[in-house]
Amino acid sequence: MIVEALAFYLFAGVAVASGVMVISARNPVHSVLFLILAFFNGAGLFVLLGAEFLAMILVVVYVGAVAVLFLFVVMMLDINVARLREGFISYLPIGALIGLILLVELLLVMGGWTFSLELVERLAAPTPAPFEVHNTQALGNILYTDYAYLFQIAGLVLLVAMIGAIVLTLRGREGVRRQRIAHQVARRAEQTVELRKVQPGEGV
Amino acid sequence: MEIGLGHYLTVAAILFTLGIFGIFLNRKNVIIILMSIELMLLAVNINLVAFSAELDDLVGQVFAMLVLTVAAAEAAIGLAIIVVYFRNRGSIEVDDINLMRG
Repeated sequence: MIVEALAFYLFAGVAVASGVMVISARNPVHSVLFLILAFFNGAGLFVLLGAEFLAMILVVVYVGAVAVLFLFVVMMLDINVARLREGFISYLPIGALIGLILLVELLLVMGGWTFSLELVERLAAPTPAPFEVHNTQALGNILYTDYAYLFQIAGLVLLVAMIGAIVLTLRGREGVRRQRIAHQVARRAEQTVELRKVQPGEGV
Repeated sequence: MEIGLGHYLTVAAILFTLGIFGIFLNRKNVIIILMSIELMLLAVNINLVAFSAELDDLVGQVFAMLVLTVAAAEAAIGLAIIVVYFRNRGSIEVDDINLMRG
């Protein structure tokens, strides 16, 4: 129990600290790296909650794909960091005010509710005991049956995102020599090779 | 030292607030704004998984997976837009993005 509490405070503390660094780091590359740290610690919190599959998905999808995408874009674009930092201080008071109001509201909401008494009978998909069916299998059991449409929608969202990203960033540049295979295949021997009779002692 | 639902909700609330704070603080930098949105989505996911664990209901985790999918798609499209915009204008400052203004 004490180990769990220590692990929770470690993960939560590092996650919040790296969240602070994400929004306040001077260099965007550092921001991305702190975002990766925050996601790692979020994955640790998921493990503590017993959601191992989501924790691994978080590491694989976020750290492996999304954060690396951010890193690519930050490094690829030649950004003037100093100009982007202008106005950082002037936005601080209004941002702090709105953040504080929001935090107080969230804490008030958290303090003011209780679970409904008949909640236990209304669970949509009760979690099986962890020592019988582990988390990944339990998720798969309901994801591919009861929530198959949701799964398909997730796939469609990813497909649309992929097509959108490709269409947005694809550009046909002028003056680039490319291999045109259809052109090559369509060439005939008459257009290409010419036989000439060359007399001895004369040029072509 | 008992770690309950309230602890996780507090962490999620702080992370969400940090995300909103980041959007206000970095008004000029679109990339940091996108990262702040990712931070807020992480906070939402922590909330969903915490309730899922507290109530012994797996649907929260299924929905958290959908949120992850949407977050990944959003990051991909957002970064693609940033790349195209930088290619056309040579800058990604939010103040410069006013082509559509009447």
